[in-house]
Amino acid sequence: MTPLSSWGRLGAPLHYTVSLSREKISEQLSRPPLPGIAYGMGRSYGDICLNPRGTAWQTTDLNNFISFDDKSGILHCEAGLLLRDIQNVLVPRGWMLPVTPGTQLITVGGAIANDVHGKNHHRFGTFGDHVQYLRLARTDNQIIECSTTKNTDWLAATIGGMGLTGVVLEAKIKLRKVDGPWLETETIPYYSLEQFFELADSSEAGWENTVSWIDCLGGRQGRGIFMRGNPTTASPDLPPRSKQLTMPFVPPVSFFNKLSLKPFNTAYFHLQARNAGRSITHYQPFFYPLDNILKWNRMYGPKGFYQYQSVIPRTNGLEATRAMLDAIKHSGEGSFLAVLKTFGKRLAPGMMSFPMHGVTLALDFPNNGPHTHQLFKQLDAIVQEAGGRIYPAKDARMPRELFESGYPHLEEFLKYRDLGISSSLSRRLIGS
Amino acid sequence: MKHIVIVGATSAMAHECARIWAEQEATHFSLVGRSAERLQRVADDLKARSPGSDVTILATDFLSPEAIQATVDETTSNRRIDIALIAHGSLPDQNNCQIDLNVCADSLAVNGLSPALFAEALAGKMEDVNYGSLAIIGSVAGDRGRKSNYSYGAAKGLVERYTQGLQHRFAGTGVTVTLIKPGPTATPMTKEMQLEGTNLAKPVDVATAIVGAIHKNRLTIYAPEKWRIIMLVIKHMPSFIFNKLNI
Repeated sequence: MTPLSSWGRLGAPLHYTVSLSREKISEQLSRPPLPGIAYGMGRSYGDICLNPRGTAWQTTDLNNFISFDDKSGILHCEAGLLLRDIQNVLVPRGWMLPVTPGTQLITVGGAIANDVHGKNHHRFGTFGDHVQYLRLARTDNQIIECSTTKNTDWLAATIGGMGLTGVVLEAKIKLRKVDGPWLETETIPYYSLEQFFELADSSEAGWENTVSWIDCLGGRQGRGIFMRGNPTTASPDLPPRSKQLTMPFVPPVSFFNKLSLKPFNTAYFHLQARNAGRSITHYQPFFYPLDNILKWNRMYGPKGFYQYQSVIPRTNGLEATRAMLDAIKHSGEGSFLAVLKTFGKRLAPGMMSFPMHGVTLALDFPNNGPHTHQLFKQLDAIVQEAGGRIYPAKDARMPRELFESGYPHLEEFLKYRDLGISSSLSRRLIGS
Repeated sequence: MKHIVIVGATSAMAHECARIWAEQEATHFSLVGRSAERLQRVADDLKARSPGSDVTILATDFLSPEAIQATVDETTSNRRIDIALIAHGSLPDQNNCQIDLNVCADSLAVNGLSPALFAEALAGKMEDVNYGSLAIIGSVAGDRGRKSNYSYGAAKGLVERYTQGLQHRFAGTGVTVTLIKPGPTATPMTKEMQLEGTNLAKPVDVATAIVGAIHKNRLTIYAPEKWRIIMLVIKHMPSFIFNKLNI
């Protein structure tokens, strides 16, 4: 038994770990004595990748490229390959993953199971939108091949399927052409939520990437920093990347607490506001600002942290976001890594995909026990009333009713479930 | 284009080295292994990562001197070798080696005899042209016999002594011989140790050290480097203390 944790570090339960190997995979997956779940980089935040006292199939040895076609941009690879390795190999050749989340230190399988999104949702949708083929292993030894033309229902169930439909072994992903690794970016401070929505809407047509950091303690108006970026052919003479740092230890208490948060947020806001304007940025710091600090999750101290990411339909977006910011301010809890961004009007590729047309707010909270949970209850009520949903990849605690109301295709999805697979999250939200 | 021969190319460590070389520059790889199917997967991976590279795969019997000689002859039929890496091995269960002499014999042959024969054959080719870097993966386990893995360690000890001999033979020539002694690394070979929760080195870090050592023509390296100090202590520990340790 080996302790495994997810990115939130809320615990390190023991797992029976099995490193999947190409040669033995059907034997390793078939009829496990204890239900298992695929575990990649452990970068989801809650319990979606955890299966305490059960089996964790580690996928990171399955990290081969199988082929890449320089004409069509179609990459065929194994599911344990990291997005970083794909980018490092293919960006210099003029191809890039169309959609990546805020870290590239995740596996292809994890990106599919959580149907991750990035800053360009309004233009490129989710990761799953670019997956053309999957090879899925079931615990009854069946192999299911699904694609955009064959077994399409299996593809839709597996994209965003939380790893519960089988273990993804291989995928084909269509990459996009890029002129280089650089982006033309613009940073704009905003001083109210209305201003944020104006900026987001007016940027949709002309900007591929939009995102904002919000100062959740900045008051009712909601101040923040809006960032947008477009790929560019420019190639400035800049060193592409600064040094890799590692958070070397777990501090006894969270760096972010009641005392530190307000000055942190205020300082960050003014620092960024001072840097407002246009510049040329390498894609890595723009897309993956925290990948430079390995193990940054340790900053939240020994008790770990929760991430709360919701999406609210566009019509209720402004009021619900305001209500959530109010609730946070009154609770005295706070979040440093708070992200506010809009999702475009696109059909999601997966039955259980998180993104929908609306506005998503992602917040980190140090784990302060019951007090933090009290706040989550209030946020849940706002999300539920506004017709929103919570992102399972980030979740460790949402109530089952909220999951069921947020994901209307749940019942259909369950037909594709592999019962030899189970996670802490599936037991909590689905009951098995 | 550089010509790199990798024996035991499907091993996690060797595969990581190949990826580093492939991403550095277009290379001609000769991949030697036991299973053509597994070699093909490594070849596909390398070709996708480095479209300018080309890869020849050679499946062979690792225990037959004739097959080893024939394979090495084939790798040099068209071009001389820039770098050869001998990386194959398997970690047997020590208990099984004690109970079943066949398991013990296999371990001694696969981990000791076979790499030595490959080294001899490849060294001969390099001597012919007075050029090439030969690197052999030994192990910290070869530094001193321990009850927990001496059937493996003794074979790795043989590799070390053999490498020393080659280093002596080629001193001052155009051929360099490097011995790499990795500590326990998180590869499929050490699956059992990983289950015990031991904190092992990552194959990619060990591979980076190997590629660097070959580039710098080092004689012997430990990977990670901390094992040099650990093994220095273990090697020089008096037997009356050492024999009381449960390692």
